[in-house]
Amino acid sequence: MQATTDTTEHTSHDDHHDHHHDIGFLRSYVFSTDHKIIGIQYGFTALLFLLFGFFLVLAMRWQIAYPGEAIPVVGGLLEALLGDMAAQGKMSPDLYNVFGAMHGTIMIFLGVVPLAFAAFGNYVVPLQIGAIDMTFPRINMVSYQCYAWGGAIMFISFFIPGGAAQAGWTSYSPLATVVPTDGQSFWLVGMVLLITSSLLGSVNFIATIIQLRAPGMTWMRMPFFTWAQFVTAFILLLAFPPLEAAGVMQLMDRVFDTSFFLPSGLIVSGNPMNEISGGGSPLLWQHLFWFLGHPEVYVLILPAMGVIAEIIACNTRKPLWGYKSLVYSVLAVGFISFIVWAHHMYVTGMGTKISTFFQTTTMIISIPSVIILTCLFISLWGGSIRFNTPMLFALAFLPMFGIGGLTGLPLGFNFADLMLHDSYYVIAHFHYVVAPGTLFGLFAGVYFWFPKASGRMMNETLGKIHFWLSLIFMNAIFMPMFAQGLAGMSRRMSDGGATYAAANMANEGVIGALSEAVINSNIAITHAAFGLMLAQVPFILNFFWSITNGKKVENDNPWEATTLDWQTPTPPPHGNFTKPIAVYRGPYEYSQPGHDTDFTPQNEPEKA
Amino acid sequence: MEIPYTVKPREDTGLYNAKVGIWLFLASEVMLFGGLFSSYVLLRVGAGQGMWPHGLMNIPIGTFNTLVLITSSVTVVMGWAALKLGNFGKYRLYQAITILCAMGFLGIKSYEYNEKFHHYELWFHAPKTLAELPDAKNQAFVEDGLTDKEKIGTLPSVVGHFGYEKDGEEHHAGPFWTKKDFEELGVTEVIVHLDDFHYRIPARLQAQIKKKDHGHDDPSEAGDHGHELRIPISEVRRISAFVPAHSTFFAIYFTLTGLHGLHVLAGAIVIFYIWGPGARMWKRDPERYSNRVEVSGLFWHFVDLVWIFLFPVLYLL
Repeated sequence: MQATTDTTEHTSHDDHHDHHHDIGFLRSYVFSTDHKIIGIQYGFTALLFLLFGFFLVLAMRWQIAYPGEAIPVVGGLLEALLGDMAAQGKMSPDLYNVFGAMHGTIMIFLGVVPLAFAAFGNYVVPLQIGAIDMTFPRINMVSYQCYAWGGAIMFISFFIPGGAAQAGWTSYSPLATVVPTDGQSFWLVGMVLLITSSLLGSVNFIATIIQLRAPGMTWMRMPFFTWAQFVTAFILLLAFPPLEAAGVMQLMDRVFDTSFFLPSGLIVSGNPMNEISGGGSPLLWQHLFWFLGHPEVYVLILPAMGVIAEIIACNTRKPLWGYKSLVYSVLAVGFISFIVWAHHMYVTGMGTKISTFFQTTTMIISIPSVIILTCLFISLWGGSIRFNTPMLFALAFLPMFGIGGLTGLPLGFNFADLMLHDSYYVIAHFHYVVAPGTLFGLFAGVYFWFPKASGRMMNETLGKIHFWLSLIFMNAIFMPMFAQGLAGMSRRMSDGGATYAAANMANEGVIGALSEAVINSNIAITHAAFGLMLAQVPFILNFFWSITNGKKVENDNPWEATTLDWQTPTPPPHGNFTKPIAVYRGPYEYSQPGHDTDFTPQNEPEKA
Repeated sequence: MEIPYTVKPREDTGLYNAKVGIWLFLASEVMLFGGLFSSYVLLRVGAGQGMWPHGLMNIPIGTFNTLVLITSSVTVVMGWAALKLGNFGKYRLYQAITILCAMGFLGIKSYEYNEKFHHYELWFHAPKTLAELPDAKNQAFVEDGLTDKEKIGTLPSVVGHFGYEKDGEEHHAGPFWTKKDFEELGVTEVIVHLDDFHYRIPARLQAQIKKKDHGHDDPSEAGDHGHELRIPISEVRRISAFVPAHSTFFAIYFTLTGLHGLHVLAGAIVIFYIWGPGARMWKRDPERYSNRVEVSGLFWHFVDLVWIFLFPVLYLL
């Protein structure tokens, strides 16, 4: 049985076309101001960048496992496109650095954040609060354009002489200032555009959530997904500007020979830098960068937690456990995320008082994070669980994020971090949180909201194959890296650690040399990475095939969900709701006693 | 369907959408300028003893500019108040003054920037006394007994307007020149017209310079007629105008005031547009129009507030 929805008789699709004929192709699909179109634009672009970023790291993984060997299949193409850096199809150390820096940048700023925040947020948040669009639709359009052009600049930077940025996604000075490629400057310009896009987006999200909630949609009746996006928007709004300032300053260092981040007495490649004033501070860059960099990681995880929460409530057929705790915790995470940043800088020689402060705040922030995860776990208890594809991803998210989060704790202690900083342990930790963590949440979200946007279901069999293979391979890739890091293997080594391999040491028994097991793991990890790439094929095929051939939904609410995003026509027309909507109850009224159905939508009035 | 609360405020928040939006945007701007101010603090605290320049900014001009911006903040409020009371003519007048003040501020700033770009500093390889510089005109210093090293102290650099001689004529150095530009011209000496009011010259010497200069007793006239030095290129370690590359002080000065100036320009353009071409909306939808005026006024106040911080930090401290 279904609750009533405000739907017209499927003329919405034709209205859609007519409206678009009136205003033309460009304003309908390129410069659209409709939050749903913009959300889809962000989604497609972000998924493309995720794939591209994945290809970059696959090439790197080849080099790590088989140092010095030409990359198969694409080696020739790389040489043709990138010249000397990929001579004979081999990955040179410089190219390794380029791919490494751009993999991080693209995955974070062009992939995950646009997908998690801008794509899902834009599409779903106005629907979930009962609004007809965002408060500032034209600003929304501009924010997508800034993102697209910023991404274009990042992409183009690969092909200029000297190559793209190669000083890590962290772009530390002085290296980032003295690297002799314009690609580094392109990176900075691209970042300014991306930051602008995020700032415009955050203003829109926050204003929309404050101002455009439908009558009856009080703050404590908002779905957790919207709360998560609200906090994420605040983090972006307040944390990005210092990085924008830093980016401008680093650009000035590169272009106008200032010395914001260049100390006195700097010698580069044996040449003293006499023309610059010196007197700058490399630490200043690090502070400004990580002031964004840490809140940024909460930007990466919170939207995914929001998605998971919605899917768990819907597929356990019961309300989320601890809604209030979830809300207060996500607010706390948002606040505390601003005062932990220097845990990325423990090895800069900071004093014990300061490192103790940051260690304390870092430990404290784990409390609300664990509360959120615990509430989601407990929500499963006594649930009537439906094991569809979105739910499988959501269920896997919980232990995977658990591993990722718990392995962050040793990194948060300054004494332990002295050993683990810049090792493969760090890579394992953050990839666990972002890959089987956030990405699983986002995959879940795609499978979940696909029917609302397209009117068709994605194929369940392909979805399950995608899920199981991704889960297995992600663990196969990142679990061994914890061991590699604990054994002392450093990050960003283009030869996969061969220089420090025990087998290559002149003397036996060198302490700290990397054992055979550690070096050989590189090969298994690389194979698992290729496996993970193959595992995405069913997803890509499923996605495109289902747009036109997927099983049509029988009604507007195929998952039988309570939130307002499922009480619209499918797909929602411009204006979303065919008549003004009002909210009478909380977001998760599943299996309530005294009702005929096991769910009651938020906009269903009380019976007389 | 119209987006609600674009004009009429929402009851429970008491705000219309654009007001929420502008306050959020201003919060991000606070973080942006905050990041730059924090950088200023870190750079200044980290600078070595005596390495942070003082007294290089023109305080009277800065004070005047501050008053100009404060005035514009007052007129922008008066304009909005007049509009809310329905007096379009008064609004037009006050807003025009606001825009003129903005242009004035930017004009004065451009003058300051230009003056900086033509002011040079020359650092020696090793600190010198003036008497050590081989220059006939320096004989005046020697005669006055100023060659005693202990009395003068040593100068790491000299500051002033620079030039060079070619074919018997003196030419000014262009803006942004460095040592390389002099070398490329093939000149062997840099002509330095000392600035007597800059910190590099010890106070005792400054007094002597003023007295020596064509017998002027009035120090203010000594200015650019100050002693001319000719410094051989071989003695020069570095030459830089007062440009961002000169020192971290000027780097952060130009970045802060440049970014602020861009905000002044942007705000002025928006206020001008609403005042001029966009004024048609007053007839169609007066409440929406006055909302726009209010929102742009809020931005303008922020821009003024940033300057209130910039002026003491950069000019006075």
